[in-house]
Amino acid sequence: MSADGYLEALRRKGRIVIVGASLAGLRAAETLREQGFTGSLTLIGDERYQPYDRPPLSKQVLLGRAAAEHTALPRHSALNAQWRLGVAATGLDMSAKRVRLADGEEVEYDRLLITTGVRARPWPHPQEVELDGVFTLRTRDDTAQLYRRLAAGPRRVLVIGAGFTGSEIASACRERDLPVTVAERGAAPLVGALGSVVGEVAATLHRDHGVDLRCGVMVTGLEGDPAGRLRCAHLSDGSTVDTDVAVICLGATRNTEWLAGSGLGAGPRGIACDAGCRAFDVRGIVTDDVFVAGDVARSPHPLFGYQFLSLEHWGNAVAQAEIAAHNMISASADRRPHLWVPAFWSSQFGVNIKSVGVPPMGEQLLVAQGSLTERRFTGVYGCQGRVIAAVTFDQTKWLEFYQRLIESAAPFPPSFRTVDRRAEGLEPVAAGFPDPSLPTHGPTVTVSGYSPTDRRITFTPAHA
Amino acid sequence: MRLVVDLNRCQGYAQCAFLAPDVFTMHGDEALLYDPHADDTQREQVRRAATACPVQAILVEDQDAAPASAKGARDVR
Ligand SMILES: Cc1cc2nc3c(=O)[nH]c(=O)nc-3n(C[C@H](O)[C@H](O)[C@H](O)COP(=O)(O)OP(=O)(O)OC[C@H]3O[C@@H](n4cnc5c(N)ncnc54)[C@H](O)[C@@H]3O)c2cc1C
Ligand code: SF4
Repeated sequence: MSADGYLEALRRKGRIVIVGASLAGLRAAETLREQGFTGSLTLIGDERYQPYDRPPLSKQVLLGRAAAEHTALPRHSALNAQWRLGVAATGLDMSAKRVRLADGEEVEYDRLLITTGVRARPWPHPQEVELDGVFTLRTRDDTAQLYRRLAAGPRRVLVIGAGFTGSEIASACRERDLPVTVAERGAAPLVGALGSVVGEVAATLHRDHGVDLRCGVMVTGLEGDPAGRLRCAHLSDGSTVDTDVAVICLGATRNTEWLAGSGLGAGPRGIACDAGCRAFDVRGIVTDDVFVAGDVARSPHPLFGYQFLSLEHWGNAVAQAEIAAHNMISASADRRPHLWVPAFWSSQFGVNIKSVGVPPMGEQLLVAQGSLTERRFTGVYGCQGRVIAAVTFDQTKWLEFYQRLIESAAPFPPSFRTVDRRAEGLEPVAAGFPDPSLPTHGPTVTVSGYSPTDRRITFTPAHA
Repeated sequence: MRLVVDLNRCQGYAQCAFLAPDVFTMHGDEALLYDPHADDTQREQVRRAATACPVQAILVEDQDAAPASAKGARDVR
């Protein structure tokens, strides 16, 4: 059959299987239908629920302004799909083009999309996780349980890890007037994602809202009472924190174990794919029928030196899913690259934090507008003389301007004058990212280095 | 009714919070909090908010696309 004939048949009566029924999986399914795919569509998801949205889980849901079970994502269009929910995919046979399911069934595909995302990185001591009062937060069920516990009015909440999720949880707890301790191994909250200059601003937000913030410490153990309830936590500085709730926020690990031995280039750092979302096999050869999108994917970005980026960002899951879906049913010449400029938001302690680009690649930071002490500013990150990223605290309106600078590889520091430039913004300072050879938990972006002239291995710790 | 706001796109203009205050509220100066499952009595207000949003960041479920009424849907297991 000619290539055109094959594609035509695929679009009309092919079989497309999507493993991972969440944001990326749903958006891909919708895009396939919108673009005229009329064949059979199967979505496999190990959670029991229809795709739901995660960002509200650490924000409005913990505040009681929305219910965990009412976070299902809206639908653009009727999908006419077969849903296999509550059953995990356990294996992939690439030559037979079959996905194995936990219930023993096998599902055949002509094209496969993998959107299995990430899960919360577990606490390294399994017995301690069994204690009543120890939580993680990734799923609807996690949030519903934590919410109930918070509503019961615990003595104190200990948040372990001050990345975005941990900081948002601490913020919600303070808003509910619960005593909160945050333990962070780095020098400040959000250092892995935004560097220490901005991290210091985040630290003052915590403290001004009454958080007992402890940086540069590790939680070494969780201790229970004889009834198996969490009683206290031990810290590396020798102190203890009396608490009945601990939320482990140590970042995420990629859901790729089910692909072990399949021959696909999948591992703890995700599944590598090309800019068109086609997965690599272990030999580094791109596959033609297996695609990846969302948090589980690692893909090269031309704007960032073709480095492979893993992005745990809502907007990336949406944009990459749409590209993957389009490419799955398109001829080579019609395929599109995933050129989305990374962007995310977080809201905590009443401040809207937004970013574009890849801040952890920044060597220097310039406070181009506003002021750090007022917690209303725009910070611009530079790398090797170019603008590489920007972050705003309550200055969303400027962000798009800096996105254009990133897209056009504008020089850093920017040569023009900006509105509301203060004395602190006259010279760039070191952005203050932690030494990549030191273990941290959960930088939002893992830059793993892949270009002929610059190959770098970023140390990704197995544990917290 | 289900809805989601693309908060990358949202500029915090607060039109939605003005038009459908039971569903959208500002938290601080710029951060938007919303109920992803608005009560059906809010349908009209939510639609107005979605239309008024200057950056079209609010996505509201099309009634016809709701899974229960999906035309010709096979099984939802
Ligand atoms: C609490 C929280 C707050 C967040 N806040 C923000 C925010 O403010 N801004 C932002 O930009 N991003 C935020 N995010 C990130 C955003 O939600 C993710 O980027 C997005 O969910 C990624 O979608 P995905 O579909 O790629 O992966 P996921 O949502 O992780 O979905 C993967 C799905 O696949 C399933 N799965 C895994 N393995 C298998 C298997 N073997 N078989 C079948 N199914 C499997 C999983 O159970 C899951 O349902 C937040 C995330 C969380 C958890
Ligand atoms: S109207 Fe649109 S831009 Fe303004 S706050 Fe609401 S969602 Fe955001």
